[in-house]
Amino acid sequence: MNSNGDAVFSCRDLRVFVGDKAIVKGVDLEVRAGEKHALMGPNGSGKSTLANALMGHPSYRVEGEIRLGGERIDHLPPHERARRGMFLGFQYPVAVPGVSVANFLRAAVSARRGADVPVREFRQQMQAAFAELQVPKDFVSRYLNDGFSGGEKKRLEILQMLMLAPTFALLDETDSGLDIDALKVVAEGVNKAAGPATGVLMVTHYQRILNYMKPDRVHVFMGGRIVRAGGPELAHELEARGYDWIAREVGLEPAAAAAEGSRT
Amino acid sequence: MNTGTQQRLEDINQNYAERYGFHDPEDYFLKAPKGIDHELVEMISRKKNEPQWMSDLRHQALDIFRAKPMPTWGDTAMLGEIDFDNIHYYIKPKGEQTSDWNEVPEQIKKTFDRLGIPEAERKFLAGVTAQYESEVVYHSIRADLEKLGVLFMDMDSGLREHPEIVRKYFGTVIPTRDNKFSALNTAAWSGGSFIYVPKGVKVEVPLQAYFRINAENMGQFERTLIIADEGSSVHYIEGCTAPTYSSDSLHSAVVELIAMKGARIRYTTIQNWSTNVFNLVTKRAHAHQDAVVEWVDGNLGSKLTMKYPAIVLKGERAHGEVLSIAFAGHGQHQDAGAKMIHAAPNTTSRIVSKSISKDDGRSSYRGMVKITKGAHGCKTSVECDALLIGEHARSDTYPTMDVAESDVSVEHEARVSKVGEEQLFYLQCRGLDPDKARLMIVNGFIEPFVKELPMEYAVELNRLIELEMEGSVG
Ligand SMILES: Nc1ncnc2c1ncn2[C@@H]1O[C@H](COP(=O)(O)OP(=O)(O)O)[C@@H](O)[C@H]1O
Ligand SMILES: [Mg+2]
Repeated sequence: MNSNGDAVFSCRDLRVFVGDKAIVKGVDLEVRAGEKHALMGPNGSGKSTLANALMGHPSYRVEGEIRLGGERIDHLPPHERARRGMFLGFQYPVAVPGVSVANFLRAAVSARRGADVPVREFRQQMQAAFAELQVPKDFVSRYLNDGFSGGEKKRLEILQMLMLAPTFALLDETDSGLDIDALKVVAEGVNKAAGPATGVLMVTHYQRILNYMKPDRVHVFMGGRIVRAGGPELAHELEARGYDWIAREVGLEPAAAAAEGSRT
Repeated sequence: MNTGTQQRLEDINQNYAERYGFHDPEDYFLKAPKGIDHELVEMISRKKNEPQWMSDLRHQALDIFRAKPMPTWGDTAMLGEIDFDNIHYYIKPKGEQTSDWNEVPEQIKKTFDRLGIPEAERKFLAGVTAQYESEVVYHSIRADLEKLGVLFMDMDSGLREHPEIVRKYFGTVIPTRDNKFSALNTAAWSGGSFIYVPKGVKVEVPLQAYFRINAENMGQFERTLIIADEGSSVHYIEGCTAPTYSSDSLHSAVVELIAMKGARIRYTTIQNWSTNVFNLVTKRAHAHQDAVVEWVDGNLGSKLTMKYPAIVLKGERAHGEVLSIAFAGHGQHQDAGAKMIHAAPNTTSRIVSKSISKDDGRSSYRGMVKITKGAHGCKTSVECDALLIGEHARSDTYPTMDVAESDVSVEHEARVSKVGEEQLFYLQCRGLDPDKARLMIVNGFIEPFVKELPMEYAVELNRLIELEMEGSVG
């Protein structure tokens, strides 16, 4: 599986611990350029933990290897992973009062490029992204995620993804809390991002967005492992039947699949 | 590319030594020996050729200073370190005061050049005074303002040239016996600014004073009096720095503002003393009917600052604001706050205090809002935000509310937050290294303050904070 050279992202035998407690218990994944994957699992199964750990969150101890475009990145701090082209769209984007969206975006785009973006070029790029994601213009001067609605925050995450042109985008529940119009906008953003140089992994417990983004592959994540993988039809099956049947099939107690079960 | 392992923040003002902490060789016209007594007070008064009433006031003040105990609140341990006998209370630099930059003594000129003073004047100020030790060495005011009758000069000249105004207002806002340090200032004062803005005159461009201490164990006691007559307005800015020494200096100013009916005064301070300076300052304003007074107070430097800019809202519908930030790094204690006295009906006020404590730095907010009997329909809001960086940083708030009427609106909000791991992680996930990320969070935190500053100062303040927050130089 690892033989193909155009994998933009892979991890092998990934384990994530909080203290002594293992939350992610051995995950293998590979995403190639142009591919869209979905990682689905019930609430509390460890999806966010996996996503944050892949990005280098300091509260976790991580074992196993993580590669971005073939290069090991598991020893790198988060900002180095980001600069090399990894993007994490947050389930709960964090507010930074007093920092305008424009200043923040400019710093982020400059960091990703490794050089300051000229103001005019940056402004054009930002305006284009704002129009595409239907974000009102006055957001440029608002403070980052401060007082934004859930939907506004998620749109801004997608906007950042498009502006930062990652090679691998990991989106943690970017679909949750969105009305149908916002959901379509987000899905379009994801479809646009997945291209010749970029692969996407959408983490979700909800199949709705998958109708619009049409994943190439679906992974079912439970009890800290990927317990099943398949095509888009797997997502529909989960939608129809919930998670418990898979839990039973793979020999997990449904309750052990996640603390909070499969409610959506 | 930096691998970003540099997670620690260096000390606040960590390059202070090269930027501001340098000192000139001592070359003075007169350097009084250490300590203060009636003989010294008499000498200062004679040198300045003062009228008898001022001389009497000084002697009286010295007795009051000696009789008053040290404050029993605040950082009493740090206050206890002040050795009043180990301070030079008066130093007169060589040369006479001039309004021609070329006439300023070479060494002093170099110092102020290095601090960017004449450049700032050329660019965006309507007038400047530069005080070096005890005396103002340079002073200028734009000719058009002078024509309109605006007075802007050092306090000594004010007393000489406009004795009737000074006598009428000096010490009326802050009486000698207000506190131990106001008494000390009254006994030893020298320099500071005297400003009078005539009725209806609006000074649109800021006036600035810059205070520089050079000698070790120096005591600087400037005295400022600003009177904005009816319907006038003025914005005054002060900045200050000192060399870094291993033993302490004392800066103890008294600043009195009087905003007459419908007048507006904004007083902006960017205090950046070296961390061996005790900064114990009394600032108070009287705001008459429909007047507006704003203290915009930034405290970055000093060892211990105790300063609580006050506004007495004496006339109906007067409005007062105190907007402050304090930055306390290693070994520093910023004990700052505000006092707002609503002494007339329908007066309004707002206090916004922001503090950042880093390493073992301490910041305290000490505030008092008082609504007196009969002051109906007042509105006041107080907002305190403290940001802690690191495990040992400390922040305390000591708010007091004393409200004697019931038909008033009083809001109070206090928050303490840490530079959150989640904020840092979020910004890092967008490619910002930890130092940049922290800087961005801190700059965001002080943004409400910075946006009140003239652009040039905002840029300078952001730059200062950036230097202070930088992981390493170069
Ligand atoms: N830093 C942490 N400290 C302690 N427990 C954690 C931490 N991060 C995640 N967990 C635990 O890991 C489990 C999985 O959580 P999470 O990854 O948020 O699940 P999901 O995103 O799938 O809903 C939960 O039981 C959560 O409490
Ligand atoms: Mg989650």
